[in-house]
Order: sequence, then C-alpha cells, then structure tokens
Amino acid sequence: MSLLTEPGGRTAPTAREEAPRTRRGAALPLTAGLVAVLVLLCLLSAGIGAYGIPLGDVIASVQHRIGLGGAPLDRVGESVLWNVRLPRVVLALLVGASLGCAGALMQGVFGNPLAEPGVIGISSGAAVGAVASIALGLSFLGNWTVTVCAFVAGLATVLLVYVMSREGGRTEVVTLILTGIAVNAFAGALIGLCLFFADNAQLSQITFWQLGSLAQATWPKVLAVLPCALLGLAVAPLSARKLDLLALGERPARHLGVDVERLRLVLVLVVALLTAAAVAVAGIVTFVGLLVPHLLRMAAGPGHRFLVPGSALGGALVMVAADLAARTVAAPAELPLGVLTALFGSPFFFWLLRRTRRRQGGWA
Amino acid sequence: MIGRLGRRLFAGRERALPEPGAAGDVLAEAEGLRVRLGGREVLAGVSVAARAGEVLALVGPNGAGKSTLLAALAADLPADAGIVRVCGRPAADWSAPELALRRAVLPQSAALSFPFAVEDVVRMGRAPWAGTRAADDDDRAVREAMAATEVGEFARRPFSALSGGERARVALARVLAQRAPLLLLDEPTAALDLRHQELVLGICRERAAAGDAVVVVLHDLGLAAAYADRVAVLRGGVLAAEGAPGDVFEEELLSRVYRQPVEVFPHPRTGAPVVTPRRSPATPA
Repeated sequence: MSLLTEPGGRTAPTAREEAPRTRRGAALPLTAGLVAVLVLLCLLSAGIGAYGIPLGDVIASVQHRIGLGGAPLDRVGESVLWNVRLPRVVLALLVGASLGCAGALMQGVFGNPLAEPGVIGISSGAAVGAVASIALGLSFLGNWTVTVCAFVAGLATVLLVYVMSREGGRTEVVTLILTGIAVNAFAGALIGLCLFFADNAQLSQITFWQLGSLAQATWPKVLAVLPCALLGLAVAPLSARKLDLLALGERPARHLGVDVERLRLVLVLVVALLTAAAVAVAGIVTFVGLLVPHLLRMAAGPGHRFLVPGSALGGALVMVAADLAARTVAAPAELPLGVLTALFGSPFFFWLLRRTRRRQGGWA
Repeated sequence: MIGRLGRRLFAGRERALPEPGAAGDVLAEAEGLRVRLGGREVLAGVSVAARAGEVLALVGPNGAGKSTLLAALAADLPADAGIVRVCGRPAADWSAPELALRRAVLPQSAALSFPFAVEDVVRMGRAPWAGTRAADDDDRAVREAMAATEVGEFARRPFSALSGGERARVALARVLAQRAPLLLLDEPTAALDLRHQELVLGICRERAAAGDAVVVVLHDLGLAAAYADRVAVLRGGVLAAEGAPGDVFEEELLSRVYRQPVEVFPHPRTGAPVVTPRRSPATPA
C-alpha cells in the first residue's frame, strides 16, 4: 500500500505524467496476441524435440483425434506426440496459468506488487507438503496424494504469512519480504529433514522434483492437478472487481460494499489451490507469478478484470516457452525449469526492488 | 465473461435499494455511544444525529474523537456501549453491500496500491450499484462528480502521479459518484487550497440542499461557521456543545475546548461568526 503513494507527496515525476497513456483499449488486442502466440508455441513445443514432428503433421494429428479431418501419424510419431509431448505441454499450460494467476491475486490481496508465491514462501510451504508425502511414501489418495498434501501445507503457509506480515490493515514491503525469508528458511529446514529420512530412490525423486521440471509428464499427472488448477482458475476472475476496490485499502473497500473478510478468505484459498497445483507437479518454479502480472500491468493498466485472467494466459505462455527452452537449449540434456525461470526472474526482481525503493525513498 | 456471469449470480440479489427520504429524516445517529480503542476510551457517551438536508460539522481539538465518531457512524467501529443506527437500523445489522448504497465515506488520507487512472478511481465509487438499475447512471455520475471537484483535466493520469490536494479531490469525486444519501467526510479540506476548500464545502451544501445528510469533520472553524447547519463540538470524547454555529461558537466555550484564547466576532458583511486565535498585535521592529 505504501509502494506507489506517499502521504501528501508527489511521486518522482515520470514520463507517464506528461504523456497520459490510453491503456483502456490495450486489453483486447493484448489478449488476442497472447492467445495467438500461446497456440503457436504449444504446437511448436509439441513438434520440436529428439523426434521431430513437422508443424503440419502435429496439426493434422490433433485434427484427426478431435474428428475434424486430418490424418494420424505413424505409430512412433503418434505415441511420441500423444504420450510424451502433449501431456507435457498441457502440464506446462496448467502450471504456468496457475502461477501467473496466483501471482496476480496475491499482489492484489496484499496490495503489494512484490507479493509472489515463490518470494514470500508459499511455494516452499507447499513443497514441504509434497516432499513429506514422497519421503513418507504416502499414497492414501492415489495420484492426488502429492497435490493434496501440497495444498494443505500451502494453505497453512499462506495463512501464516498473511497473519505475520499484516499490521494495522496493511502490508509493508519490508515485513513481507522478511516474513518470506523466515518462511523459506523454515520450509527449507523441513524439506532438509524429509531428505534426511528419505531413502535413495525417494531422494533422487525429490531432488529432481525440487529443481522444477516437467520431464515426467504423463496424462495421470495432468489429471492429478487438473481439478485444483481449473477450480482455482475458474473462481479467480469472480473477485477481479473487488480486488480493484481493495486497492483503495480495506476500509474504503468495505465502504464500497466489499465483504473484505470473505474476499480475503476466498482468495487465500484460491492462491493455495493454484500454488499447490503448480508445485505438486513442477516443484518450486519461482518468479513467473511476479514477472507476468507486472509486465501486463505496465501494458494494460492495473485493472484486475484483465489482469487476473491475463496473468493466467501470460503465465501459461511463459511456462510453455520456458519448458521448450529447458529441453532444447542443452539437448539431449535438460535444464531444470526452476533454474531457468530464476535465471531470468531474479534480475527482474532486483530491478523491481530498486525501483520500489527509489519511489519510496528508502525502506524505513 | 465468467466475471460478469458471477456478478449477475451473486451480486444485486436480496439487496433492498434505499427508499428516498424526506428532509429532516435521521439517516445516521449515535446514542450514548462509547468506543474504546487501544485501551483508551475515545468516545465516552456521545449522542448525535445526522439529518437529511443538513450539513453537520464535527469540530474539536486533536484527539477529541471526531474521526472515531465519524468511523462509528460509518459502521466501521463496533460500539462498546450505546448504539449507532444507520437509516433507522442498528449499524451492525446491515451487510456491507447494503450499507454501501446508503452511506459514502471519505477517509482522512487517500491511498492506492496500484496506479489506477483517475477516472477509474472515481468509477470505483459506482461499484455498489453494479447489477441494479442505477448502474445505468454510472457514466453520468462519474462525469458529474469529476466536474464538481474539478478533476476532469487529469482524468487519464495515474492517481500515484497526483499531488496531495489533487488526490484528496479525486477521493472526494469517488465518494460523490457513489451517490449515497449519507455522506461522511473526514477532513475533506485538509490538503486543499483556499479555492478548493470553498468548492468542497459548497458541494456539501448542494448535496444537503438536494436532500442528503452530510457529516463533515473540520478543523477550520470559519468554514464550519459559514457552511454548517449544525456544529457538534467534541472534547475528550464527549460532546461539549451542539447547535447552530451562531449559538455554539462563543469565545468562552471555544477558548476552554481548545485551551487557546480565541476571539469570535460577526463578519462585517455576512454576519457569520469568525473565529481567530487571540494574538497580541504585531510590534513593528
């Protein structure tokens, strides 16, 4: 809340002041552009790899399967496309959309542009649940075990961070980031404990998972996170208008008819759902939820009616692109996805911190 | 699309729209109101009523409980004892969406987490009416509120790029756009220049004349005397005096309440009471 406004003072003059941007009309072309690029990237990602499938053949095979003409590939091609590539693409879409959307929601709830599931420790919290379920060999809910454990742990973490970092109805940047450090440290310790008690097979599974990867994507895995992700993505836009009002502060939002307590509860649940969906399959993939909403806010303004669904779209786009890069840049080896996003996300976070500090004139 | 569907499903239902009242109706009242904040009794038994067609000014020294009383009338704070009624019903019995159709509140300081454009901020004031018939008036309400507060010229600028006074006017425009019959304004003139102070209180008068109840916290006793129908003087959480400015503003009372000797004299042209601190004449160097 303190980021962009200072009591009674004028913010540092920026170019925006002189040249008002007409951002109102930017949402529609931006959405269309995002969708177009996303579709293209998905098709490309389905075709590119050790076993190359031309773009036309990918389209033909997809057409064939959904009964719109087209033609199937040969047996190997069909198997590679439908059992290896496409589940991976779909998983990337789900994870990316969840992370982007969760980032936009968190920033809105905290009224703070630095809030992000990875930065403030929600992802780590969810990871504790996931790691624990692997290390303890839990399987009480079949495929859904890891997701459910991640959700429960993630939910507990969101609530903890929320309670710890709010003071008098607002969240200061410093408090939020420091809370994130503490939560991340604690979650790291718990994950370390789980590793200590895990056997060798579990150990390698956990380590690989922790780095963030979609390498073992299968349709059952997609199904394991689909309910979480879809539920979260469907509920999130319902609160968009209320999130706009929340930007005024809690009391003014209440004066405009927002049941702030209920809104907060719903959104915290949704964030936990989305983060759990992403973490359960892909490990800790940071900064997507930070980067995407920011770029969209710069392009189309801060209105949440575009920002929330737009961030889901943008997140999916970034994730599909990142996954494609992760498995092609160093082929035949595969870069961990989390490493890749952090590589690009961290400098951006650093820039954001600098900018925030400059606007605020210090942290104190 | 999902958002619109959701709003249609969940908003606007079971909400009784406020019925137009008559001048003199009590739109908000406190009776024997006591409020404790942080272990201190901030309001110690205050009774006050805001009537349709009237401007009620709350004045008093710092820490007298003016803002707390306003917040209690806005149903922000629970009463520890006594009762607050809004439109005849205990404040706690209203839901947030119902209250939003009946009272608009201007907070003391205007903050915004994200750089919304000024026009978008003003439009937020229309949110309570979404899904009702009054939503058809959104554009006109926004336009009129922006014209009244003279913020039209920076409608497209981000709120975060405005000066303190400009922000205050944008916040007021948002409150006016809400078009609620009860207006609660906490120091609307604090950050404003001379012209805009007059403008804002002129708006208060207009709204009162149109049948709204206006409660406004003021520090400038001259403004209160010139624009308020009634003045409530608070001191240490109790009502020191209440009535028309001409009756209430007297030297002895104000000097005691403010612990500062003041002079009160009628304005030579209008006859309204003018209040100034008693100063010794400047001695030429």
